[in-house]
Amino acid sequence: MTADVRIARAGEPVDAVGIGAVRRADRRRRVAVVVIGAGLAVAVALAALSFGAAGVTPDRVLAVILGGGDRLDRFVVLDLRLPRIVAALVVGVAFALAGAVFQSTLRNPLASPDILGVSAGASLGAVWAILGLGAGGAIVAGFAFGGGLVVAVVIWLAAWRQGLHGVRFVLVGVGMAYLCGSTVAWLLARAEVREAQTALHWTVGSVADVRGDELWLLVVGTAACGGVLAFLGRVLRPLALGDDHARALGVRADAARVALLVVAVALVALATSVAGPIAFVALIAPAVARRLVGRGGAAIAASAAVGGVLTLGADVAGQFAIPGFTAPLGIVTGVIGAPYLLWLLSRTERSRA
Amino acid sequence: MSALPVPAPAPAAGLVAEGVSLGYDGRRVIEGLDLAVPPGRITAIVGPNACGKSTLLRGLARLHPLEAGRVLLDGRDASRLPRRDVARRIGVLPQSSVAPDGVRVADLVARGRYPHQGWFGRHSSDDDAVVAEALAATGIADLAGRPIEELSGGQRQRVWIAMVLAQQTDVVLLDEPTTFLDVAHQLELLDLLTALNRERGTTVVMVLHELNLAARYADHLVVMSAGRIAAEGDPGSVLTAGTVREAFGLDARVIPDPVSGSPLVVPIGRFHSADDRM
Repeated sequence: MTADVRIARAGEPVDAVGIGAVRRADRRRRVAVVVIGAGLAVAVALAALSFGAAGVTPDRVLAVILGGGDRLDRFVVLDLRLPRIVAALVVGVAFALAGAVFQSTLRNPLASPDILGVSAGASLGAVWAILGLGAGGAIVAGFAFGGGLVVAVVIWLAAWRQGLHGVRFVLVGVGMAYLCGSTVAWLLARAEVREAQTALHWTVGSVADVRGDELWLLVVGTAACGGVLAFLGRVLRPLALGDDHARALGVRADAARVALLVVAVALVALATSVAGPIAFVALIAPAVARRLVGRGGAAIAASAAVGGVLTLGADVAGQFAIPGFTAPLGIVTGVIGAPYLLWLLSRTERSRA
Repeated sequence: MSALPVPAPAPAAGLVAEGVSLGYDGRRVIEGLDLAVPPGRITAIVGPNACGKSTLLRGLARLHPLEAGRVLLDGRDASRLPRRDVARRIGVLPQSSVAPDGVRVADLVARGRYPHQGWFGRHSSDDDAVVAEALAATGIADLAGRPIEELSGGQRQRVWIAMVLAQQTDVVLLDEPTTFLDVAHQLELLDLLTALNRERGTTVVMVLHELNLAARYADHLVVMSAGRIAAEGDPGSVLTAGTVREAFGLDARVIPDPVSGSPLVVPIGRFHSADDRM
């Protein structure tokens, strides 16, 4: 921060060293947010490993992590609790990355895959694959991808007027979200899904039962998409200046935007196919990350860190915050997210007026 | 004004429009227009509202697709060149620019380095030097660490120009760069572009609203009307009462500018002429 003070002093011209100092100060802040977020995630994860009905004390959890512990403790910690914790973290990362890409490529903090109905479309694709075709695993994820992509293309076709301007595409997206949501409810009702848990999973979202192959698919798929974003993400810097500036800087703006959004839809599909449409993570996590990082950056990596912590924290809170009462993950994120959405909408209205 | 950014000017780039047609949603705004931009000079494009001057500039800049014709950069069809290569030759300042919330001056100007960076492009100390020089050249070196939203309109416009300078192109296209500036800042900005042109040999093409400033600052004046070029050439010979009447439908007297000697258009309205006895 010393660099900040030196540069902020009015009237003192900067040289290349000063410019480098500004750049490094920005980078330090980005790295700090990611590192602190990741540290928090590890801390919450370790704490969560020792919560639960089986009553494994923290020292025994530590023994299990270090490769020791008795067989029962190992089963409880590694087979019962760890998958859910990893699932919550990675689902959070996937939704947050998708949200950060949507919001920054479309230059609108409301343009998040959950608000735009892309998550609902992915949910519909997954439910259709499971109930209609009896599919599982990667095929469900594939159908979720298809569902999300169809919604994205419909929004694009319905709202594209030399660019995605104003609230038109948000309204089209909200409509698509309702359409997909009610179709999911209808499919569940028609298939006479009597298990409340299953219905809840696809209408609200939960990471309670994510394990085995499903979990591997989620982790590997999210890592792969994250890698692609690390490669494509640098185009967000010119793209954030608007299409004209981006093109003048040598970016094929439309192609770049489509490529980024397809990766984001894939992330939504992966997360939704295992956990259902977890509300608001994609909307909120990037907003928090951008606020923490500041300086007009897209904050992609920071969004991932915030999304992981937020989602894991919400899942742990849903299980243990109120003794004797558990809420699925999607309910908790909804309770956190709805007030933020209202605040964002009221602020958007005011800035337009 | 301190020294302008490196490098030594490359041989001035030739930018030529050959029979270009441009339009919006099937409506043609410009039909088969030819224009050769004089390399190493300042060209100003003027004309009444909706005459297609901004559209022409956007076509030259590859911001708007051509419906017919070609734009040649050093004799090669610009639409067949990779965008990145064009971005290293032609810098563009579009009409309106909105910066992301919270972005700082140094960061914004550094984004002009994008076409010079590789796929895993990290900023190097060379990039820092170019950015620092662009800030110095535009007189905003003391603002490097400030967020854009804290700056005045004139300062912001300088930041965007600095970004285009950091792109280190030998052609710069600007769409009404003086629009939101008061008269003092308009002159300041045009002086800055002139310094850029004289010290680095940069080819400048700008769309301007203000006829008299265009006539003063341009080496080459292009007067457009209804999607075609009504007259072009040296401002002294182009900007006559006849041209103003033809292009703008306005009666005017054209006298020598007492400061620069360039033509000064004095418009004649219904009232307030010497024989107006109201």
